[in-house]
Amino acid sequence: MSMLSNISWNSLQVWRRNRDVFFTTWKTNFIPPFLEPILYLTAMGLGFGVLIGQVEYQGNLYDYAKFLAPGLIAISIMYSAFFECTYGSFVRMHYQKTFDAIIATPVSIEDVIVGEMLWGATKAFLNSTIVLAVIVVAGLADFPGVLLVPAVAFLGGLMFAAIAMVFTAIMPNIDSFNYPFFLLITPMFLFSGTFFPLSVLPAWGQDLAQLMPLTHVTTIIRDFSFDTYELMDLLGLVYILILTAIMFLLAIKMMRKRLIS
Amino acid sequence: MTVVVSARDLTKRFNSFTAVDSISFDIEEGVCFGFLGPNGAGKTTAMKMIHCVSPVTTGQLTVLGMDVATNSQEIKSLIGVAPQEDNLDPDFTVLRNLIVYARYFNIDKELANQRAEELLGFMQLKEKRDVRITQLSGGMKRRLIIARALMNEPRILILDEPTTGLDPQARHLIWEKIRELKRKGVTVLLTTHYMDEAEQLCDRLVIMERGNILVEDRPRTLVDSIVGTKVICVFEPPEGLREHLEYTGMDYETTVDSLYIYTEEKESVLDELIGKFGVEDYLVRNATL
Repeated sequence: MSMLSNISWNSLQVWRRNRDVFFTTWKTNFIPPFLEPILYLTAMGLGFGVLIGQVEYQGNLYDYAKFLAPGLIAISIMYSAFFECTYGSFVRMHYQKTFDAIIATPVSIEDVIVGEMLWGATKAFLNSTIVLAVIVVAGLADFPGVLLVPAVAFLGGLMFAAIAMVFTAIMPNIDSFNYPFFLLITPMFLFSGTFFPLSVLPAWGQDLAQLMPLTHVTTIIRDFSFDTYELMDLLGLVYILILTAIMFLLAIKMMRKRLIS
Repeated sequence: MTVVVSARDLTKRFNSFTAVDSISFDIEEGVCFGFLGPNGAGKTTAMKMIHCVSPVTTGQLTVLGMDVATNSQEIKSLIGVAPQEDNLDPDFTVLRNLIVYARYFNIDKELANQRAEELLGFMQLKEKRDVRITQLSGGMKRRLIIARALMNEPRILILDEPTTGLDPQARHLIWEKIRELKRKGVTVLLTTHYMDEAEQLCDRLVIMERGNILVEDRPRTLVDSIVGTKVICVFEPPEGLREHLEYTGMDYETTVDSLYIYTEEKESVLDELIGKFGVEDYLVRNATL
């Protein structure tokens, strides 16, 4: 496809632009990914943890705080990437007209979209690594498996960034993003094995969860954080790779259609 | 002279709407070429095809000898675009906006810094160097947009309505800078709906309306051939004046509240007007666009 041939290293220039904007406000940007896990672990881990005691996950019993922690990392990945490539990209595209400015230069529209998605993945990577650091300091993660998590975070981030970009290509205005946020993101936030093990759900609920992207990200990150490795993780990884590839191409195609007339 | 932009039967259609209807023109190097016309004439659409962001529907269009359909990336590296809208980065300072833009051309960092400082001087934005662009006036933002368009030292500079919405001082400053660029040999493509701007800056001009080119020539020639040399504007013309002009076969035009008489010799006409009709509120001027 000719649009793939239009992708080049120039996409990194778009990434760098977003990175530079981030650096102008990084100090305040640092606070939420740092504070949120502390609040959640305290409220849910210590609070609910007292009520729940231990939960069973894949045949073992875990303190609730330990079970919850990887879920928080996964959630951070999803929200960071999805937010950046919906609201962030939409503001740049529609209000600031940044994309129009860039495509008047030798940087192609395909480069712009790839650069944006890579930046979404980077935000996911940065934010989730901060969450990860809090969790490690709290003694809730096992080595060496937990060291693999940042790599998973980037890949998971790229997947959510691509899904987000597809929505950005079709949303008529900024308020429309309420639809994917409340119909897709919020249900995943709650039901992807993040706050409670999937085994608690009825069979149909578990099957439905297996179709959701966040479920696989959560499973892999939880297993790596517990330094365990299952076949499900490999299958989950394949799922993520395939979905990312499909969404990546779809995002480029649909954004191109929206911006070039 | 080298032709830098060449269009033959260039057409742009959006579904059933034809924005640009089979226009043809040649633009020579070093010239300031203007596209004049009302809003919706198709000027900006034509510009977008020239700077390769809008695909051509039918017809041929070459820029610097290259086809826009196949060599868009190379063309873009050799031209500079100052668009109509403000698409500067609000998160960056004036200087940063230029530096970041230079990256898209893969310009070396040191060279980019050097050029940015030079252009800030040229566009009289030196004191605003480290200011966030949200604090700039409209005129300063427009100067920055033009400075940005010059970062890659383009052979062709495209200015889409460069002074729309600016106060007279800001407009004149920008005109001055465009004249300076012309002296340096940059080819300038200008779209405008201001007739004074077109007349002052452009060496050649096309007038567009509803996607078509009505006329193309040097501004002075257009004025002379179509209008003549003198215009007498009569405000609130008295009864009978229009009929008299019809009867004597004089060239005139009416608007809602005024009447314009086009003529080569004004003395006799004026005497007649004042004598016969007691016209008091009038203005005599040289014909312009």
